[in-house]
Amino acid sequence: MLVDTSLPLEQRIEARFALQRKDFGLDISFTAPGRGVTALFGPSGSGKTTLLRCIAGLEKPDSGHFKINGHCWHDAHKSLAVHRRPIAYVFQEASLFTHLNVRENMLYGWRRIAARQRKIHFDDVSAWLGLETLLEHRPEQLSGGQRQRVAIARALLTSPELLLMDEPLASLDANGKAEILPYLESLWQQLDIPVLYVSHSPQEVQQLADYLVLLEEGRVVAAGELNALLTDPQLSIAHFAEAAAVLEATVIGHDKAFHLSSLAFDGAEVSVSYNGLPLGHKARLRISARDVSLALVQPQQISISNSFAVRVVSIDPDREPSQMLVRCEVGGQHLLARLTRRSIHLLKIEVGKKVYAQVKSVALMK
Amino acid sequence: MNFSQIDFQPVWLTLQLASISTALLLCLATPLAWWLANTSWRYRQVINALVALPLVLPPTVLGFYLLLLLGPQGWGGQLTESLGLGTLPFTFAGLVLASVIYSLPFAVQPIQNAFIAIGQRPLEVAATLRASPWDRFISVALPLAKPGLLTGAVLGFAHTLGEFGVVLMMGGNIPGQTQVLSVAIFDHVEAYEYAAAHVLAAGMLGFSFMVLLALYWRTGQRPLERV
Repeated sequence: MLVDTSLPLEQRIEARFALQRKDFGLDISFTAPGRGVTALFGPSGSGKTTLLRCIAGLEKPDSGHFKINGHCWHDAHKSLAVHRRPIAYVFQEASLFTHLNVRENMLYGWRRIAARQRKIHFDDVSAWLGLETLLEHRPEQLSGGQRQRVAIARALLTSPELLLMDEPLASLDANGKAEILPYLESLWQQLDIPVLYVSHSPQEVQQLADYLVLLEEGRVVAAGELNALLTDPQLSIAHFAEAAAVLEATVIGHDKAFHLSSLAFDGAEVSVSYNGLPLGHKARLRISARDVSLALVQPQQISISNSFAVRVVSIDPDREPSQMLVRCEVGGQHLLARLTRRSIHLLKIEVGKKVYAQVKSVALMK
Repeated sequence: MNFSQIDFQPVWLTLQLASISTALLLCLATPLAWWLANTSWRYRQVINALVALPLVLPPTVLGFYLLLLLGPQGWGGQLTESLGLGTLPFTFAGLVLASVIYSLPFAVQPIQNAFIAIGQRPLEVAATLRASPWDRFISVALPLAKPGLLTGAVLGFAHTLGEFGVVLMMGGNIPGQTQVLSVAIFDHVEAYEYAAAHVLAAGMLGFSFMVLLALYWRTGQRPLERV
């Protein structure tokens, strides 16, 4: 059901695992693109970590298979040992080797791969992750964020073909998270390595993921493109307080006088604070459901300047009985509007209707 | 006091015995402790109990059975004889074997505790960083368990220094071959040579104290409580 066969075998990740433990069962099957960031999202206890451990080979499933870009790592006939899988695994806690300093930690995996396989270089990684001045430190001298950066660097230096990250930010405080996130974003842009990223934070998913696999109670609820899943009213993630749509947009101009930058997507155009990004740069916009209101006519004489035409695709009850969740389409992408039941009634908003979305705030993410 | 009356040979013999036993202990106790720390075999507690036996048994009991086992009538003795090694009781090699068995829990338990304390995580991390099982043991488990290995070695050494009952049963009291310090002290006391007994006993007291002090100092831990 959730196996998307539209991608050729050489360009996709295909996973199926079943395992039964005393108090927990996992029965999972999904397909994801063989590149970009796929978030495995779900509440705690939904099996995200177990799934990641099965993929790494740290957990033995009762049955299943795992294929990535044409290579089979696990099926009924064979299972690669953990140390033979070309993965990098970043655990929730940095788990640095306490008997080694930062440099030795980083080189641990690097030393264990053949020289010709070393595509990622020590100096580059230390620079990307800002570790140059910490190389001689002992793990216990580092802050939580620094430790996690070392763990990421250590994992990357094995030049992996798949990067597995198990809530790498969960053990960090807000400062630590803010410290790591920009590194992650730029890393993934520089390295063309598929990433499976476990998270239970909608913000992290909105910011980092390209593709989404939603898990609940050991099963896959849905798998698909980020924009489609985030705005699917059938899924719980669309009803979270933080519910938001993420849209792909292109930088098309800057207005220095008003300190604004313009971005376009599918014929619509929005302005955000000036960001200095080059024209043509692909960026990701986050639009929260609660920041979108709908109007029947093109709004005029109003302080909200971001407004564009959309078509109503669906109207569903939200968690709060007074509110409804309206899914709108603009070009090929969707966004959500959280409106009161009364507004929908008064404005006679219905499926298929063309309306104008007014967006109070747009966050530019990368 | 006339030092020339005192034979220091038992001192050297004892140090030799303790050093060789400790080296063998580490070779034996480390894999055993690793296995005990990691196995989920349902009868592992049987092995745990067997290893711990010397902690509770009177040394004479252990020595008695070793003597029977390794003597000419025991199957151990017949095995060593058929291998051309002769029988082990009343030889230095026999003492080494007895010491290793007698001191085994003192080496195994701190090392086993150290392995357990490391947990699975560092080893899993190493596995994801391409380290094979053997490589993980050498490059991660052993260095992280170093305090436990040190404690095990020192306790094994110190315990071998002080053994008496097993030695007497297995080794007898042959000067230059099996007469160790503790037995020599006993002989001196029996012969009313209190001065000589004092020199050896005080030396042993001081030495043991220094060894333990150095251990506590080095590890900052309390090994006896962890045993």
